[in-house]
Amino acid sequence: MTAYTATVTVRLKHGVLDPEAETTQQALERLGFELEDLRASDRFEVDLDAETEDDARERATEMAERLLANPTIHDYDVAVDPRD
Amino acid sequence: MTVAIVRFGGSNCDRDALRALDDVGVDAEIVWHEDGLPEDVTGIMLPGGFSYGDYLRAGAMAAHSPIMNDVRDAAADGTPVLGVCNGAQIGCESGLTEGAFTTNASARFQCEHVNVRVENADTPWTSGYEEGDVVSLPIAHGEGRYEIDDDRLTQLETSERVLFRYCDENGDPSVDANPNGSKHNVAGVLGERDTTAVLMPHPERATLADVGGTDGRPLLRGFARATTQ
Repeated sequence: MTAYTATVTVRLKHGVLDPEAETTQQALERLGFELEDLRASDRFEVDLDAETEDDARERATEMAERLLANPTIHDYDVAVDPRD
Repeated sequence: MTVAIVRFGGSNCDRDALRALDDVGVDAEIVWHEDGLPEDVTGIMLPGGFSYGDYLRAGAMAAHSPIMNDVRDAAADGTPVLGVCNGAQIGCESGLTEGAFTTNASARFQCEHVNVRVENADTPWTSGYEEGDVVSLPIAHGEGRYEIDDDRLTQLETSERVLFRYCDENGDPSVDANPNGSKHNVAGVLGERDTTAVLMPHPERATLADVGGTDGRPLLRGFARATTQ
């Protein structure tokens, strides 16, 4: 078994309104920053032990599908790195 | 016969629901989610609240409680299931109904009376109304914006599974009358069977005259009739 960290990033699908991101962007603009757009996402770092990197990715993907993301409104991606 | 009002950690409309259902003659009881459904269950209500602190997404944690497997089975068998507010969010998160309820377009918690139009009066929940009736119900939510992809929304609409839309006092589902930015002003939808329904407004808070308004009463009376059929 190898120790991995799977990083699951969950973001709203393109075109789905994100009122919290809009509010955050407005607050940055009130502080005087100039920006074109702002997107927010949730990032989950999952430490797990697996036989292979693919196995770790498969398990993290299932976590995203079943709980971490809501497929109706979210896209997600999974990155897997060995953990010291 | 027993209607189970499923209490999760953080449910807070369970007793309101019990009192309102009792007032329309429904024998209901509050059931702790870990205890499972009673054997003689004739209906299920998922009440409002803030189950598990809305962690991750509103309703996401409660949707994965083991009792929801039994709720889905009961719904598939035609047992009436009503999800209100947090119960509606749980309903969508658990796949009882399509779509998702997410952050209000205003990014604010909204607590007010709204008007909704009855879109389909040919359901157990709305048979006490006429199609097009404008009904005043309270809302109290921060995550009530109904989201669904366009194709599935069209399917819901053509199969008459949109139950209520936010509207103005004349029944016009205008942008201004949409309190949370829901797609096509959708306030409540039916599941695969018309015996499953979820909605963000609170009919149980508009059933007893002493708490202001009784426009939700016909919906709960419909629930009562459905549990005896």
